Amino acid sequence: MKFAVIQFPGSNCDQDCIAAINGIDGLRGEYVWHKQTSLDDFDAIILPGGFAYGDYLRCGAIARFSPIMQAVASDARAGKLVLGTCNGFQVLCEAGLLPGALVRNRSLRFVCDMVATRLEVDDSPFTHGCPKGSLLRLPIAHGEGCFFADAKTLRELNDNRQVILRYADNRGCIVPEANPNGSVENIAGICNRERNIFGLMPHPDRASDARLGSADGAKIFLSMMQTISANSATSERAKQVA
Amino acid sequence: MKVKVVVMPKAAVLDPQGNAVRDAMRHLGMPEVRSVRIGKYMEIEVDGENGELESRLHALCRDLLSNPVIEDYELQNAGVPPGSGVADRGQKSEVRGRRAEGGGQR
Repeated sequence: MKFAVIQFPGSNCDQDCIAAINGIDGLRGEYVWHKQTSLDDFDAIILPGGFAYGDYLRCGAIARFSPIMQAVASDARAGKLVLGTCNGFQVLCEAGLLPGALVRNRSLRFVCDMVATRLEVDDSPFTHGCPKGSLLRLPIAHGEGCFFADAKTLRELNDNRQVILRYADNRGCIVPEANPNGSVENIAGICNRERNIFGLMPHPDRASDARLGSADGAKIFLSMMQTISANSATSERAKQVA
Repeated sequence: MKVKVVVMPKAAVLDPQGNAVRDAMRHLGMPEVRSVRIGKYMEIEVDGENGELESRLHALCRDLLSNPVIEDYELQNAGVPPGSGVADRGQKSEVRGRRAEGGGQR
């Protein structure tokens, strides 16, 4: 199974993503330069962290107009799994593929830390095998990771169970002290209504090996692989029946 | 023509930069400062001058220069750039700003 890792000028977590993907049996990651226009050969798409186009104007504001983003949008509409981590999350929000926006951390500081995030749903294609309420320990490293959504959007996110991860303390409580950047309702990661696009500020790519302090991030890539296998098995069966 | 674009964070969006500057101003002897909001100001020179150009500029203000989820923009047509000789003959800056449509998902 092949995952695309998009490289924008200024991406700097592309190698981390490739390493995390290649660390899972049955998965292979491949770089795709942002000037490419097709992602047909890939089963899933990863938008990595970094500072695409220097993050000038706003984080992700210029990257969303890269040629590859049309393929990302059309493949996402067709149901392909898309994961955006950190800067990748910012690009997805700027592109309108995820609701809300990411603004300057409330502290005005760049935060670099290991945090606990609590899983808020148990039916996400990105978190198979992790029960609702379980904690994922993931690193964060960002200056503009404060998630903002207006009241109406926030209500929709909650009503449609689109909030996948919230920053929590080590006991799994959602408290202000556990919020590293001022995100509304401690939101660390959300999906679209169709549930096939997932953006999060933490870095699963940097937590894919116990030697890095946590292997919880690998669960996300593994879950994506399981989802895709299950979906293709289902469509194969459907073909046979037909 | 030369246009000026001012992009400001929406009222509902936290502006920690503005708050930090407000606090600094108070510390520097101006306790009267109630609030500071920090936005962006852009000067853009464009070849040509007509309504069609301006509507395209508005489209780019919404798509690129501002993010309507968190920001409002104002586009001001400042007329012909200074130094071209035309502006000096009394052509006044004209404000034709328009607020971006509010909120929601793009």
